[in-house]
Amino acid sequence: MTLWTTVLLASGLAFALKLLGYVVPHHVLDRPVVSRVTAMLPVALLSALVAVQTFTGQGGVFTLDARAAGVGVAVVALRFRAPFLLVVVLAAATAGILRALG
Amino acid sequence: MGEPLLDGQRRKEVLRQCLSVGVATGTYGISFGALSVAAGLNLWQTIALSALLFSGASQFAVVGIIAAGGSGAAAVATSTLLGMRNGLYGLQMSRLLGVRGLRRVAAAQLTIDESTAVGVVQPERSAQRLGFWGTGLAVYVMWNLMTIVGAVVGNALGDPKRFGLDAAAPAAFCALLWPRLKRGDARAVAAVSAVIALVVAPHAPAGIPVLVAALAAIVAGLLPQRTGPAPA
Repeated sequence: MTLWTTVLLASGLAFALKLLGYVVPHHVLDRPVVSRVTAMLPVALLSALVAVQTFTGQGGVFTLDARAAGVGVAVVALRFRAPFLLVVVLAAATAGILRALG
Repeated sequence: MGEPLLDGQRRKEVLRQCLSVGVATGTYGISFGALSVAAGLNLWQTIALSALLFSGASQFAVVGIIAAGGSGAAAVATSTLLGMRNGLYGLQMSRLLGVRGLRRVAAAQLTIDESTAVGVVQPERSAQRLGFWGTGLAVYVMWNLMTIVGAVVGNALGDPKRFGLDAAAPAAFCALLWPRLKRGDARAVAAVSAVIALVVAPHAPAGIPVLVAALAAIVAGLLPQRTGPAPA
């Protein structure tokens, strides 16, 4: 898949899902099971993305490096209710500085 | 449709909410733009994602998975699963907005966490509509402008690792996850899916472990309610 195909396909599907809520008869989507699964999907996917992108290196093996320190600082910042951009910048700065120090 | 119009004071209040959410959310379009070009997407592909996909978590997922060497298919699948909640937001908003034709297409494109949240919390019907449209448009404009700024800055920075941009992506996912962890069952799902992803990671191509971990959400959602956290 080329990058453009990925970009356009992901965009098309995202729009189709948004529109679905407006055009599908209400009783089809309005079930407790549907809302429970859709509420939990972002939690599972985002958490898995954090885990994989923080703790895995080449070939998916468990790796502990500057990224883990950066994300650790991000979690502390989130506990102190830091805004999104500050959280991201602190994480990047931590990892960048640790690497520069070797 | 016969609803009372908002008085000037309420109108101002709602519009102020729309703008503050628009500015706060739009600003982190900078980090999306920078991460996207660091992942190897060009300026136009980055702009297209913000203009067309327009859903933060899905956009971060696409560029995060591409950056990690995952396939386009895995990126599209993860982005789409993350976007499913927007369908339910659409369901809620369609009742409040009562839109048809082109306005419905526009409303669908602007249906995201923030516009839905500001819309549904308003007590009056006309304020719900103003809150949704105002927030949706404010976030759309700011998000797209800031994406361009981030992409241009990101291109100027060069090697992403030197500035710790590879830590910025998981930190962004953390920040998107944080407000969703208030409930105990959500924390259990987050913990289980992180473990699943790490266990699967050495045995599957990049991007797949995250999709396997999504099973934790499906199991948790299908379990009868009030049985406590999902088992591993």
